[in-house]
Amino acid sequence: MTYIPHSPNERDAMLETIGVKKLDDLFKDIPARHRFPDLNLPPTLSEMEAAAELAGYAEANETTQTMVSFLGAGAYRHYIPSAVDHILSRGEFYTAYTPYQPEISQGTLQSIFEYQSLMTLITGMEVSNASHYDGATAVAEAVNLAYAQFRGKRTKVIVSPSVHPQYRETLRTYTQGMGLSLVGDDARDDIDSGPKEIETLIDENTALVVVQYPDFFGRIFDYTELAAKVHQTGGLICVAVNPTALAILKTPGEMGADIVVGEGQPLGIPLSFGGPYLGFFTTLKKYIHKMAGRLVGETVDNRGQRSYVLTLTAREQHIKRDRATSNICTNQGLLALASAVYLSLLGQKGFKQVAELCYNKAHYAAEQINKIEGYSVCFDTPFFHEFSVCCPRPVSEINEHLLEHGIMGGYEVGKDYPSLKDRMLIAVTEMNSKEEIDLLVDVLKEVNHE
Amino acid sequence: MNIPGNLKYTESDEWFDPSSGKMGLTDYAQEQLSDIVFAEILVSEGDSITKGQAMASVESVKAAAETYSAVDGNVVEINEELVDSPELLNSDPFGAGWMVKIEGGDSTGLMDASAYEKYCQERSQ
Repeated sequence: MTYIPHSPNERDAMLETIGVKKLDDLFKDIPARHRFPDLNLPPTLSEMEAAAELAGYAEANETTQTMVSFLGAGAYRHYIPSAVDHILSRGEFYTAYTPYQPEISQGTLQSIFEYQSLMTLITGMEVSNASHYDGATAVAEAVNLAYAQFRGKRTKVIVSPSVHPQYRETLRTYTQGMGLSLVGDDARDDIDSGPKEIETLIDENTALVVVQYPDFFGRIFDYTELAAKVHQTGGLICVAVNPTALAILKTPGEMGADIVVGEGQPLGIPLSFGGPYLGFFTTLKKYIHKMAGRLVGETVDNRGQRSYVLTLTAREQHIKRDRATSNICTNQGLLALASAVYLSLLGQKGFKQVAELCYNKAHYAAEQINKIEGYSVCFDTPFFHEFSVCCPRPVSEINEHLLEHGIMGGYEVGKDYPSLKDRMLIAVTEMNSKEEIDLLVDVLKEVNHE
Repeated sequence: MNIPGNLKYTESDEWFDPSSGKMGLTDYAQEQLSDIVFAEILVSEGDSITKGQAMASVESVKAAAETYSAVDGNVVEINEELVDSPELLNSDPFGAGWMVKIEGGDSTGLMDASAYEKYCQERSQ
């Protein structure tokens, strides 16, 4: 069925009103030869032929399906139980949009409520919104919260240089024109020094301090002292986290964080060449009114039955206009559901098991690599499932060699931190077998001896 | 609808008490907003405030509104209790629900109770 809302009579009436004889007259300013240009297209294909051609293009991609991968740097390959996709593809759920009408959306609203509950459990925080686009935008919304909390009176945001480079870039894009100064991550030789370095920047004008946990280089720092220091001058602290790590680590909530955000991709969302992903955002109750995004709450209906609704919506921009914290009030519904289903399927025990596997395998890999002549693990700081390796040769050369053996090597740190040359960031998850790790070690050895 | 006779009123539905210097949101306004779930005072003690300047921001379950200062003056006290108990704006708008207390306010040009009552009735029709 075609959906054309206007009848020919109505169209004629409109044309007459504006004084035009026929529809074509509206386009007379566009030269005739540009109206329907002859597109140089190949002959039409049947569905079968088109599918074969597209499959051919797709095969040109090297993927983690066919290769061994140690690439992470913010996106991680984990096993996704097949039930996740089956539940996502159910017609009742298959929309990315947040529902407004509780009368017809109890299932979706409940799934978002469960997602929010799971996120607060993982992070050790009190409230979670219904999600954001990705980890980077969630970090940016943390700045918006702090900005709104101090009503624009505090103008300094301290960003640790070991926050993901893309998150920092997004932060700068989001905060353009807000009169904020983002400091702390300027290029310098000791850019990989820990949180002590940024402590000295905290002052009365500091609205927010942003750190990452584990940080971009894979390291684990306890930010308890940093949080206390920020609070002394009344500022807030945001910790961007890898959610998988929180299954076995002290939560940022326990450290005294005010805002905990992160990339939810590791929770049941495939790598998909970089997106779509999921941003999660959690904070303390006292900041709930300054939090961006949708929020689902539990209530009772007129028959006293448990039910769910979008709540505290007056803080959002469609109602609060220019005084709202953010102009984002949509969420990443389908992917939030994916992570809720993933976590529910794994359960507390399974989730912890995934984290332990990652931790143990990564530590085995680090130990083996550290033994190879010319290679060393760059830090003795504790790490989770990713670590920096100081290499004897440029990372790009090593990676090229690894590719020849069907291995995607680690991330080249020098791309974002020019002073940190020849460093490779290696991620190991439960998906990497011992054989794969041993193969990586063997090829790395070879590279050094060539 | 309650409209105390000793207070002065603005067209944007704030009240001003010339004897105490307190200002707040009228009963008419709180009823229009319905259940208020959040209130934030936008000025601090010691600030000077001018007539028409936003002094507080409130959110109800369905709406958000700003309240504006009824007069010029200096802020001597703000009602901290509203942060934790915004419902005071609904339950006691002219008492415990006061927002800001100022010094030096001049009520010239504001409506008295009977003018404000008429103004509310006009809008309800």
